[in-house]
Amino acid sequence: MTKYYTEEHEWIAVEGKVATLGITDYAQAQLGDVVFVEVPTVGRKVKKGEETAVVESVKAASEVYSPVTGTVVAANDPLANSPITVNEDPEGAGWFCRIDMSDPAELEVLMDEAAYKAFVEGL
Amino acid sequence: MTTPVHGDHDPHSAAPLKTPLYDAHVALGARMVPFAGYYMPVQYEGILAEHAHCRAAAGLFDVSHMGQATLRGADHATVAGALEKLVPADVLGLEPGRQRYSQLLNERGGILDDLMVHRAPGADGTLGLVVNAACKVADYAHIAARLPGDVLLEIHEERALLALQGPEAVNVLLSLGADVAGWDFMQVGPASLAGIPVFLSRSGYTGEDGFEISAHADTVAGLWEILLRDPRVKPIGLGARDSLRLEGGLCLYGHDIDETTTPVEAGLLWSIQKRRRVEGGFPGADIVRSQIAEGVARKRVGIKPDGRAPARDGTEIVDENGVAIGTVTSGGFGPTVGGPVAMGYVAAVHARPGTRVGLVVRGKALPAEIVSLPFVPARFHRAPK
Repeated sequence: MTKYYTEEHEWIAVEGKVATLGITDYAQAQLGDVVFVEVPTVGRKVKKGEETAVVESVKAASEVYSPVTGTVVAANDPLANSPITVNEDPEGAGWFCRIDMSDPAELEVLMDEAAYKAFVEGL
Repeated sequence: MTTPVHGDHDPHSAAPLKTPLYDAHVALGARMVPFAGYYMPVQYEGILAEHAHCRAAAGLFDVSHMGQATLRGADHATVAGALEKLVPADVLGLEPGRQRYSQLLNERGGILDDLMVHRAPGADGTLGLVVNAACKVADYAHIAARLPGDVLLEIHEERALLALQGPEAVNVLLSLGADVAGWDFMQVGPASLAGIPVFLSRSGYTGEDGFEISAHADTVAGLWEILLRDPRVKPIGLGARDSLRLEGGLCLYGHDIDETTTPVEAGLLWSIQKRRRVEGGFPGADIVRSQIAEGVARKRVGIKPDGRAPARDGTEIVDENGVAIGTVTSGGFGPTVGGPVAMGYVAAVHARPGTRVGLVVRGKALPAEIVSLPFVPARFHRAPK
């Protein structure tokens, strides 16, 4: 499994052609208490850069963008009843969906963990 | 992910100011954001925990960004008469030791700002004002330009303001030596907290019992520390201040009320006492009185979404046929309610509690219902008459 990061604080963990999408620990800390999550339905086709999930804190709504193009093959529906999981385990149990990638070359522009860490430190 | 935007700071305006408690907030690990021209704490440990603590025990807020001022004249009738030209409340009838909520109105009856007006015990010729931070410069100019020559406006830049809110607030102040047990909601007066002179009002912006505490800027950091030493007290940021007041059905200026809304549309008629409704004599009185007599085209209402998705400020409200009937002016998650809550304006025919509406969130009309405000019952301390 290889993990990639975006400048918008999404992570994706890739195994074969399937990418699991979530937001980073930095992102959940910025959001504060998460009170609502909307994940995509299985079967939905998403494009790179498209709004794929919604995460809302007490204060504000944020859109989560998919860094890759593909088809949603799994969604973390239990988050609807326990949105706080995104705060507690953002890079584990707080994942949003799994996407079957149609163009793995899109991964090439994403950051690895070291690059993302340096990016966040520079913010 | 889109980065959430906190605060309302205009990046083109001057650098934000700091309240006397700025260093104390930073030391507590607060997340500071520009708000109404000041760096303010949006949260310390987290909005949900702070909100719950305030409803369960006592929450301490720094609201020093708000404007404090005094109107001064020969006697109460002179000063009250001058202020009544600007606000629709009965100020003449304000007893010593009492506070009233009112609004500065424009000639169309629109709300320039909302404010608290108090008359200190024994005061005959002074009225205290507390106005919103974002409006205070404009408010002072508006007031000063309209006062008669024998009434002066004094602006208290030297004063800071705290709020201690929640069921334990009264006990905390009692333990610091303030004899406030028998105080009524909206009672005001001088007091001493651990030897520090303060001016108290039993009021607030959370729907809970509590106090606003005005202190000299030089003493407020010491007072803040003394209050936080009490295990019943935790600091509360602007985030929970907003969720608490939203559940309390209380208006946020610039969102739920502004220059285009009148006190009648906003459901604030309770703050216009009978004499003023009869006599008028305030800006926009003709419009306000005709709205009282004939009704209004739109009304501020509470809105409860059926589902879990919050509807934010600006969300379109539609009827069951999808026709636009209004707009959400405040909306978010109500931690005590345990779900989303909102306020907004709808056409008067749709304002009855129980009316089914839709809230257009991300292109979908989510089912919701008009409800009575507040979402969480007020627990103000009303002393027996």
